[in-house]
Amino acid sequence: MKAADWKLRTSQGQGLLIAIAVFLLMFTLYVGNHPAGLTVPVATTAANKAVLLALVAMAQTLPVLTGGLDLSVGMVFVMTNCLASSIVSGEPWQVALGIVVVLLAGALAGFINGAIVVYGRLQPIITTLATGAVYYGIALLLRPVPGGDVQPDLADFMTYTVFEVVPTSLVLLLAVVLIIWLPFRHSVVGRGCYAVGSAEGAAYMSGVAIDRSRLAAFTLAGLLAGVAGLMLTFVTFSGEASASIGGTYTLNSIAAVVIGGTSLYGGAGGAIGSIFGAFILRTIDDLLFVFDLPPLWQPLFQGVVLLGAVSLGAARVFRIKNRLELFN
Amino acid sequence: MQAVLKRVDRPVAIAFGFIVVLLLAGSLYSSSFLSANYLLQQLQVAAFLGLIASGVMLVILLGHIDLSIPWLVTVGGMMSTAAAGWWGPEWAIPFGVFCGLVFGIINGLGVAILRVPSMIFTLGINAVAQGIMVLHTGGFAPQDHATELMHWLAVERVLLGIPNAVFIWALLGCAIVVMLQRTPLGRYIYAIGNREGATYLSGVNTKLIIITCFAISGMCSALAGVLLAGYSNKGYQAMGDPYLLPAIAAVVLGGTHILGGRGTYLGTVAGVVLISLLASILSVMQMPEAGRQIIYGCVIVGMLMVYGRGQKVLG
Repeated sequence: MKAADWKLRTSQGQGLLIAIAVFLLMFTLYVGNHPAGLTVPVATTAANKAVLLALVAMAQTLPVLTGGLDLSVGMVFVMTNCLASSIVSGEPWQVALGIVVVLLAGALAGFINGAIVVYGRLQPIITTLATGAVYYGIALLLRPVPGGDVQPDLADFMTYTVFEVVPTSLVLLLAVVLIIWLPFRHSVVGRGCYAVGSAEGAAYMSGVAIDRSRLAAFTLAGLLAGVAGLMLTFVTFSGEASASIGGTYTLNSIAAVVIGGTSLYGGAGGAIGSIFGAFILRTIDDLLFVFDLPPLWQPLFQGVVLLGAVSLGAARVFRIKNRLELFN
Repeated sequence: MQAVLKRVDRPVAIAFGFIVVLLLAGSLYSSSFLSANYLLQQLQVAAFLGLIASGVMLVILLGHIDLSIPWLVTVGGMMSTAAAGWWGPEWAIPFGVFCGLVFGIINGLGVAILRVPSMIFTLGINAVAQGIMVLHTGGFAPQDHATELMHWLAVERVLLGIPNAVFIWALLGCAIVVMLQRTPLGRYIYAIGNREGATYLSGVNTKLIIITCFAISGMCSALAGVLLAGYSNKGYQAMGDPYLLPAIAAVVLGGTHILGGRGTYLGTVAGVVLISLLASILSVMQMPEAGRQIIYGCVIVGMLMVYGRGQKVLG
């Protein structure tokens, strides 16, 4: 690759690089101050929590790339969790079938979002606000009270380690990146998502299939939220239709996407950044724990860090020479 | 007649039409839906949402969004009751609203000066407000009872049996209508929603306008929180959580464009009444929460399909 090419790529991936650096710094701080140090159990617990948010954040990334937003990811996450707690148990073939059904349900929820946005021509924010309520209602139908069950051996395997070294959840995340995200990113439809996000009109005039790209982005978001919901079931061994879990994950996913360097205006960024954004958010919580901050101060500290992190992008404002660029 | 019809745009007409349909459908179930007492009760509950939606509408008209509603409502409720405990009951309402104003101004500064997308900045402020409230209740036990005045404003009915809260909403609503229709500020708000760069080039201090709108939104939320605290006689954590989505939905159902620049206050009123009425009828019919959520979501999508569709992309 030519030098200029490298320069372009690093400047485009600036947000991602910063996110990785911040995460490494924070994680070193965490491990360094953890009484047990970097042991496999410590890493596994941290990974299990972080992967849940990372998957939801990846889901959120796709609609954001197209210039939209999916306020229903958290609710799809909760809905698939409730579904998985009902059907992922029993004989191996039943478990396998259950997993497929859960993932399909997630994808279908995403597809409905996309269809309303594309063919109904409604704004993504308000569409997903409404469908989020519907998915939450379905979750409540499936599981009026918390409970349910999941195949225990599989759940244990998914939440422990592979070869007693690498947390399985991290392997799952890597697999999702390799099997879903990277091929999608480099496909015609995936590039179309970036094109739609940066200039919809121009993309349309250049013959990009903008409808198909949008639809694919939302469907894939639903699928990824479904993977996260399945993983949550493995972690908690149960399903719970909780509006607060859904809401928290939706909001944190947006924050993770922004911290990971994806522009909320669409067209720039990627799911890898969001993974690190999610890791950063989770490590903040863990840091509070190791540094023994008084519990009462924790929410405020989290809020201030979140506000600070999302305001980092404001540095751009002070570099701009032509004030009119502010309005772009 | 035609002149009147022309001034009421389609979304508003459809929203009001849907309210009538809801009431008629409800009256088939039980005749009490058409009684004055039931309707006034609905208006009273709608008034709290109406106050919040008024502020949210201004922000949405700008093309921004305010996700800090939940905890600014809580700040209003908790700070007013706390102020009553610290300095006496006469401080309660001013201090509660003042705290909302401060948070609103910070929202505005972040969005207008730092140019952080409003969606994420207000989310951060929401988290900070939550942190401060947790700290506030945890450190020491403040007085959390509403003052008599707050209770009176939120619950009592002084004139013609109409709840006082409805008068407060009406007062605020009139002020906002006058501001939007008859003052430069209102015109600038619509202009920024349509194209901020052009408005700036026309010599408008766009930053100040944005900060003002977020400040008003913060004040409206806090005021609603003060009244909610009066209504339930105490301020408590997370009291504002159920209000974010209904407020945004009400504004959008009333025909305000989510990307800004278009919308009328009458529409917001229709949206607020519609949402409150829908929630109330479903709960009277003893619809379980699951069904309520599903119907609620379907109604929003269905209504927007009728009148809220965007343009086809044509390059």
